[in-house]
Amino acid sequence: MRFRTVTSPHVLADTSVGRVMRRVLYAMVPGALALVWFFGWGVAVNLALATAIALAAEAALLLARGKPVSAHLSDCSAVVSAWLLAVALPPLAPWWLTAIGAVSAIAVAKHLYGGLGYNPFNPAMIGYVVLLVSFPREMSAWPLPHGLGQPHAMTLLETLRAIFGGELPARFAADALTGATPLDVLRTQLGLGLNGAEIRNSPVFGIVAGSGWEWATLGFLAGGLWLLYTRTAAWQIPAGMLGALAVVATVFYLVNPQRYAPPWFHLWSGAAIFGAFFIATDPVTASTTPRGRWVYGAGIGILVYIIRGFGGYPDGVAFAVLLMNIAAPTIDLYTPPRVFGARRQ
Amino acid sequence: MSGLFAFHGGLKTARHKTESNRQPIQPSALPKRLVVPLRQHIGAIAKPLVQAGDRVLKGQIIGQPDGYISAAVHAPSSGTVAAVDQRPVPHPSGLPDWCVTIETDGEERWIEREPVAYRTLHSSETRNVLRNAGVVGLGGAAFPSAVKLNLGGRRERLDTLILNGAECEPWITCDDRLMRERAAGIVAGLRIMAHLLDPREVLIGIEDDKPEAIAALTAACAGTGYAVRPVPTRYPSGSVKQLVKLLTGKETPVDGLPVDVGVQCFNVATAHAVHRAIDCGEPVISRIVTVTGRVRRPQNIEALLGTPFADLVAQSGGYRDGVERLIMGGPMMGFALCDDRVPITKAANCILAAGAEELSPERPAMPCIRCGACADVCPADLLPQQLYWHSRAKEFDKAQDYHLFSCIECGCCSYVCPSQIPLVQFYRYAKNEIWAQEKEKQKAELARQRHQARLERLEREKQERDAKLRQKAPARAEVSAEKPSLEAAVARAKATSPAVVEAGAPATSGD
Repeated sequence: MRFRTVTSPHVLADTSVGRVMRRVLYAMVPGALALVWFFGWGVAVNLALATAIALAAEAALLLARGKPVSAHLSDCSAVVSAWLLAVALPPLAPWWLTAIGAVSAIAVAKHLYGGLGYNPFNPAMIGYVVLLVSFPREMSAWPLPHGLGQPHAMTLLETLRAIFGGELPARFAADALTGATPLDVLRTQLGLGLNGAEIRNSPVFGIVAGSGWEWATLGFLAGGLWLLYTRTAAWQIPAGMLGALAVVATVFYLVNPQRYAPPWFHLWSGAAIFGAFFIATDPVTASTTPRGRWVYGAGIGILVYIIRGFGGYPDGVAFAVLLMNIAAPTIDLYTPPRVFGARRQ
Repeated sequence: MSGLFAFHGGLKTARHKTESNRQPIQPSALPKRLVVPLRQHIGAIAKPLVQAGDRVLKGQIIGQPDGYISAAVHAPSSGTVAAVDQRPVPHPSGLPDWCVTIETDGEERWIEREPVAYRTLHSSETRNVLRNAGVVGLGGAAFPSAVKLNLGGRRERLDTLILNGAECEPWITCDDRLMRERAAGIVAGLRIMAHLLDPREVLIGIEDDKPEAIAALTAACAGTGYAVRPVPTRYPSGSVKQLVKLLTGKETPVDGLPVDVGVQCFNVATAHAVHRAIDCGEPVISRIVTVTGRVRRPQNIEALLGTPFADLVAQSGGYRDGVERLIMGGPMMGFALCDDRVPITKAANCILAAGAEELSPERPAMPCIRCGACADVCPADLLPQQLYWHSRAKEFDKAQDYHLFSCIECGCCSYVCPSQIPLVQFYRYAKNEIWAQEKEKQKAELARQRHQARLERLEREKQERDAKLRQKAPARAEVSAEKPSLEAAVARAKATSPAVVEAGAPATSGD
C-alpha cells in the first residue's frame, strides 16, 4: 500500500492566528462595554464603523495583492486593529475621521509594508497618530462622561445623526457635551500655575483618575490579565511598561508632589493600562525575546512619562509605542536568550 | 520532584499509550522472505559477507562493520540468500539501499551461541564483541554502541551513566513493555555497560506516566545501587541532552556530546541488546516494534529485522479505514513512509498508521506574527522565529549565528505555531543547504589544489627539459654553466619530495 509523505511533526496544537486575534477581541469586551456605558452609543458606533471599513480595506488590498482573501479576513487581525483604533477615538467623532483612521491603519501601515506579520509599526497607532496630527480639533472633542441611562444622554439615533450628519440635538450646546480629558486638564491647568492637588479637585477626576475612565481602565485591566493568563500576550511587556512608568512617576512625585501627579494617577490615566496590555503587546511590532520584551516595555513606559510630562501631547502611549516599534529589531538583536549548552556569560 | 533540573520549554501532548501498552509483547510470525538492509546504523554501511545462493544460519554475520563507526548485520533467521542488491528501505528520501534478501527455511537453526565472560576480558575485546553483534542505539538513532562505550582517553571515568526509558513520543510503548517484561535483562545489560564505563552513579530516567515500568525496574535494581528516577511527562524529556539536564543538571555544550560533561546515555532497549549479546551470545536480529494507530489490534511485536512493515500490520489485524499516512517513529519526530513493503530496521521503534483522527488537519501556512510561542516551547532555548526568517531568506550564515545546529528537530515549535508554519522543515532545509555548500567548498578546494599541482608539475618538467638541453650543449658559454646545474639540482630535489613541491611552489617560478 502506498501513502503520502509529509515531514514531521504530524500532529499540531489546535490553534490559529484567528484564535489568537479573537482572544484579543474577547479581552477588549469589558473595557469597551464600560466605555459605552460612560461615554454613550458613539463608542459602539465607532467600533462597528471601524470594523466595517477595516475589513473592506483589508479585502480590497488582499485582492489587489493577489492574496487569499477569505483566509486572511477570517484571521480577524484587521478587526483587532479596528477596535484598538475605535476605542481611542472620541465617541462622537465624525464618520470620515474613523474612516481615514481605519484606512491609514490597514492600507498604509499594514498592507503597504507587506501585510500581516510584516508591518514594522502598530497599524492602529499609525491610524490614530495620523488623525491626531491631521485633525487635532476633532480628536480632542470628548464628551463628558454621562451614563447611558441618564436623562440627558444621547439616544442611538441622535448619536448616529451626530456622527454621520454632524448635527447635534438642539437640547445640547456643543461645549456642554464635550470637555477636556483628565490628562488635558492636568496639562493646561499646570500651565496656569495651579498645583496638582487643586487640579484633581476638578469634576473631571474620579476616585483615582478620570471619572468614567477609571472604570473602563478596570475593564481593560481585567481583559488584559486574562490575555496574560491564557498566554496570548507576553507578560514581560505590560510588566516592563507599567513598572517603568510607575518607577519614573514615583521618582518625580517624591521630588515634587506639588508639581507632578502621583504614580497611581499615571498608571490609571489615559491609555496606560489599555496600551500596556493591548497595544504594546502586538507581537508583530514588539520585541520577541524574553529579555527584549522587558526592554521594549520599559522603553514605552519611560517615553509615555516623558511625553506626558514634557512633550506637546497630553497622552503619549501611541507615540511611545511607535518609537519603540522602531527600536524592536535592534533590541531583539542584542537580547538573544542563552542557547542550551552555550557557556554562561 | 527532588533532584530534578527542569529544561526550558517542552510540551504536554495528548497521550496515546494505552492503545498499545495493554498487551504483552508478541513474537512476530516468520516471514517467507527477509530483506535485511546493510545500513541500519549511523556510520559506514556494512560490507556484505554473503552472496546469492549461500546458506545462512540464524544469527550468522552477513555484513561486516566497515571502519570504526559501523556495525555488523546478521541473518535474522536461517535460510538461503536470494539476492544482495538495492531495495527500498525505510528512509525519508525513499531511495533504495543495499540489502541482503533471505528466503527463510522455517527451521530457525541458530549459530553456536556462547556467553562472553566479559569480566575476564579487556574492555576493548568486550566492545569488539558488541560491535560484531551489531549492537546499536535502539531508541531510534542507531548509533553504534561500542563507540559510545569507549571513553577513548577523554576522561578517566564517567560521572553518570544514564539509561533512557523516558519514551516521550505520544504513541510509542515498545520501551514501556520491554521495561515491564524484561527488567532483569535490562539491568544485566546495564551492569555490563557500567563495567565498561566505570561510572560514579547510574540513573534510569522514566517518564512518570509509566508506573508499571518504574516499579519493575526499581525491583530489578534492588541491591545494585542503580537509581530509578521518574521524570515529569513532558515532551521531549527523552531527548538525550534534555534527559541529561533533567537528571544531572548538566548542559551538554553546544558543539559537544554528553560525554564531554561526564555523562553517557543509552536507551533501555540497547541495554537489553547488550545483555543478549554478552550473556547469551545472541546478536541483534530483532527488535520490539509498537504497531499502533489505525490498525485493528494495536500491540507491541518482537519483530525480526527485515520483516516488511505490512506483515506486522497484518499481524495486528490489518488497517482500519481512513489510513492516510504511515509513520515510522512517533508523530512528533517520525517520518512518513511512502510504502509499507519496506523492512523493519534497528531504528524502527514504531509503526503508526495515522488517519484524520490521529493527524492534524492540514491548513495553509499563514505569515509569522512573531508571537514567540515557538521560543517559549523550544527545549534548546533557540529563537525559532528568527531561524525561520533567515532560513526562508536563505541567509544561512545568519541562521547559524542563531545556532541552527543546536536545533534537535523535536517539532515543538511547529506544534504550537498559530500560523501553522512548517518550521522544522525550514530548519532541515537550511541544514542540508549548509552541508551541501560545505561539500561544494571542499570539492572546489580540492580542484584548486589539483590545478595548482598541475601547473607546478608542468613548470618543473619544462625546467628539467631546459636543463637537459643545456647540459647537452655545454660548450656554448662557460659563464652560464653554473646556473642551469643549480636549477636542475633544485628541480631534482623537488621531484623527489612532492610535499615540498606542493607547499613551496612559488620559489621556482620567480626565477
